[in-house]
Amino acid sequence: MGAAAVHAKPPKASLSDARRLHAIINDVLRLAKSAGAEEAEVHVDEVLDDLTRFANNAIHQNVSEHGITVSIRTVAESRTARVTTNRIDENSLRAAIDSALSLTASQPKDKQLLALPSKQRYRSVQRFIKQTAAITPEDRARAVRRACDLAVQQGQVAAGIFSTGASQFAMGNSRGLLAAYRETHAEFSVTMQEAPAASWAKANSADVREFDSQELAARASEKAHLAVDAKELATGKYTVILEPSAALDLFGFLFYDFAATAVADKRSCLNGRMGKPLFGRNISIVDDVYHPLQLGAPFDGEGVPRQRVLLVDRGVPKNLVYSRKAAKIARRAPTGHGFTLPNEYGEAPMNLVFSNGDSSMEKMIAATERGLLVTRLWYIREVDPYEKIMTGMTRDGLFLVEKGKVTSAARNFRFNQSLLEALRNVETLGPAIRATGEEAFEMVIPAMKIRDFHFTEVTKF
Amino acid sequence: MPLNFYFAQIGDDSDMWDLAVHSLDIARLRGAKYADVRVMHLRQRDLTTKNGQVGTLAQSESLGLGIRVLANGAWGFASTDRLTCDGVAACAAHAVSIAKASALAKRRDVTMVAEEAFVDSWQSPFLKDPFEIPLESQLALLLATDAAMRRVKGVTLTETDMQFRKIDSWFASSIGSRIHQRKVISGCGIVATAFQGEEIQKRSYPNSFGGQHLLAGYELIESLNLLQHAPRIAEQAAALHSAAQCPQKTGTLILGGSQLGLQIHESVGHPIELDRVLGEEANFAGTSFLTLDKLNHLRYGSDIVNVVADARIEHGPGLGSFAYDDEGVPAQCTDIIKDGQFRGYLSNRETAKLIGLQRSSGTMRTESWNRLPIIRMTNVSLLPGVWDYENLLADTDDGIFMETNKSWSIDDRRYQFQFSTEIGWEIKGGKKVRMLKNPSYGGITTEFWNSCDAICSAKDWTLWGTPNCGKGQPMQVMGTGHGASPARFRNIQIGMAFSGR
Repeated sequence: MGAAAVHAKPPKASLSDARRLHAIINDVLRLAKSAGAEEAEVHVDEVLDDLTRFANNAIHQNVSEHGITVSIRTVAESRTARVTTNRIDENSLRAAIDSALSLTASQPKDKQLLALPSKQRYRSVQRFIKQTAAITPEDRARAVRRACDLAVQQGQVAAGIFSTGASQFAMGNSRGLLAAYRETHAEFSVTMQEAPAASWAKANSADVREFDSQELAARASEKAHLAVDAKELATGKYTVILEPSAALDLFGFLFYDFAATAVADKRSCLNGRMGKPLFGRNISIVDDVYHPLQLGAPFDGEGVPRQRVLLVDRGVPKNLVYSRKAAKIARRAPTGHGFTLPNEYGEAPMNLVFSNGDSSMEKMIAATERGLLVTRLWYIREVDPYEKIMTGMTRDGLFLVEKGKVTSAARNFRFNQSLLEALRNVETLGPAIRATGEEAFEMVIPAMKIRDFHFTEVTKF
Repeated sequence: MPLNFYFAQIGDDSDMWDLAVHSLDIARLRGAKYADVRVMHLRQRDLTTKNGQVGTLAQSESLGLGIRVLANGAWGFASTDRLTCDGVAACAAHAVSIAKASALAKRRDVTMVAEEAFVDSWQSPFLKDPFEIPLESQLALLLATDAAMRRVKGVTLTETDMQFRKIDSWFASSIGSRIHQRKVISGCGIVATAFQGEEIQKRSYPNSFGGQHLLAGYELIESLNLLQHAPRIAEQAAALHSAAQCPQKTGTLILGGSQLGLQIHESVGHPIELDRVLGEEANFAGTSFLTLDKLNHLRYGSDIVNVVADARIEHGPGLGSFAYDDEGVPAQCTDIIKDGQFRGYLSNRETAKLIGLQRSSGTMRTESWNRLPIIRMTNVSLLPGVWDYENLLADTDDGIFMETNKSWSIDDRRYQFQFSTEIGWEIKGGKKVRMLKNPSYGGITTEFWNSCDAICSAKDWTLWGTPNCGKGQPMQVMGTGHGASPARFRNIQIGMAFSGR
């Protein structure tokens, strides 16, 4: 290799042409047929992700990955199995197909297993933004540098990530189904520390131009400063104003219960509760992958088109989501929410959109006699699956609101709170926005003011 | 014997070393002052059943290369599955260009403590390669166990799982190390769930959330006797519905070994990670109350509390056992808590340098070729005490025994925690007198460990595997080991999780 080649800047990697993924699918289907597979389904995933991580006001980790994965499922005589590999030479693919056939044959029959779906029609979604795909390590480093410089100016310490990437997914099966999707994603998350406090802000979008990293850094910086003199409050029931990220991380734990399979398995809190008032009348929730603030493919793990599903209508749980198998058992139409097969969980709604309220954070604070403003919740886990009692901590900015104003910061609390009860106690909602947290997937969800939120312990900061 | 599980040959060791060394050469030519590279081949088989049917039956493999470089005083990392001469060269060049971008936002140059070069090969011990056990017999065992649970009245959901992994790693670094390691990991677990009235109760064996996992072969599965334990587990799940609610009180707590293992993980293992202590995880996993001033000064626990972080295979075949970490540092045993005093952190070469240690404690680990090694728990274990379990019960006049984790949560500096377990037992006059449902306890980390007044002996000590520890951005899942025997704690806050109901 010559000196020029050694020192030239390496070209920016990009996703493969979609035709290449289709060619892989066709190759695998051909090989599977010649190996004697009755039916076969092929998934091809390509990931191109970059993530710049910073702490102590400097970049400390900076990573990039690029890979293609091929996953093959064979079906024969009411049996199925999946084999996944990232080795896409013909020998490796043949071995993967042989393994899938062998795994498939070595199990008892499952009479409820369905044949593969045939060709489907999909609504198109445009979620690949070339400006996001074009972001370079230098672009991310410069944005991080600005956030770190702000921290230094304010006598604070910044930590966070700036990630950008692109991915594509294509699937096909031996009955002629073919589906493809590509998207970009960008995320900026920042924690500003001002001892002994910290605060946080985060945004996520297909389009890197949809958020301003420096605005997020400034918001976290201001709140960290406000959080410095935290006082210890008594535990007990408080009115809380949850920012959208806090609401998302908390209520995200509810939605696996909307799987028809979870209800059939009697592990859902919706057993015996469908069609009856369960939440306040101000709570309506749909699953809608086509919503302009949502991301994701318009089809599920079997290639079934995703439907918009009304899950909760004015406080009443109305509908579940159904994979093909769950739909067949329930004599319903599949809703396009199935996971990749085989699996034991069935399906789940992953594109939640809460209805809007007419309030705002400012109005909620102004209308609160005494309460707590919650920036973020953390380490949320399920204590009771039927009452849906969750425990967790507040983090990165808990503030006391008195007589319509934020009056001080408070030490972080542990909560033990039923989600069902919390959604009965929602007093007001703000506008639903695309929110992002760390415990649940992104949703379109508003800030919420909730009465009688149960805090049981206080920590030391 | 017919094998169910084929993988195409990946080429021999020399092919892997050629790729690794070529990427190091390119990184050096591009301006890297230090580089290390991991070529990894990961193979996995997953089997589950649910309600008498096969749930998941899947195998996967992944092969690729990840290179970490230090250039212009800053880090870069890139990974690829294009294992050709050009593919790994482009990857190495990309890593260097990323490092140079990192240098646009650096405050100081990265420095590391010295380490020797090692050329070695190591394989974790196992008796029976789980990939060579016919799938039919593995499924037959799971389906028989599933059926045995379903026969119990009141059980509404039964689940079983087995997971096997084989991980090869070829590590090379620019200081001359060449280390090949192979790990074989096995695990299994079963769960019975009972929904009745307005309550869902469950029991798991040998542990919840995937069961028990070790660096071991199929002999682990055989030794756990899933089928034999299935009826008892299922009966307890059903019986919990008629058990008394765990009271809300301050009192004496005895924890079973697997729950204590998770208690160690959350309230010792994470806060001793030096990257957390130094703020490197502040945006996601959080920081730590164990600030540097606490080292050798903090009374972490009572005199009988001794905790080590031991990655050596002599500690046992734990998920945190290896010969070298993913930065080429040999496995070590580090005192974490000695006679109750806080004595050590988990470090890597960079953080060791930052706090003035002579050497990394060897805890850099990566999930796969496409992830950067980060500081991780190895086997963080509570050393056995002197008590016989029966004597410990007999010595407890009034207390609650809790076992098998149901939920776990702790704040982002690792002070305040709350755990709940699947089942509890009221102890009166030295005997387990009745079953309790919905047990939970909470507290502040150092207060909790200082309240420990009895630890059971080596006879009741088990090296538990936690297969699902998430950390880092992008997230990495890692297995960690935690040896523990049942232990007793005084004046513990019990029952808060249900206090709002």
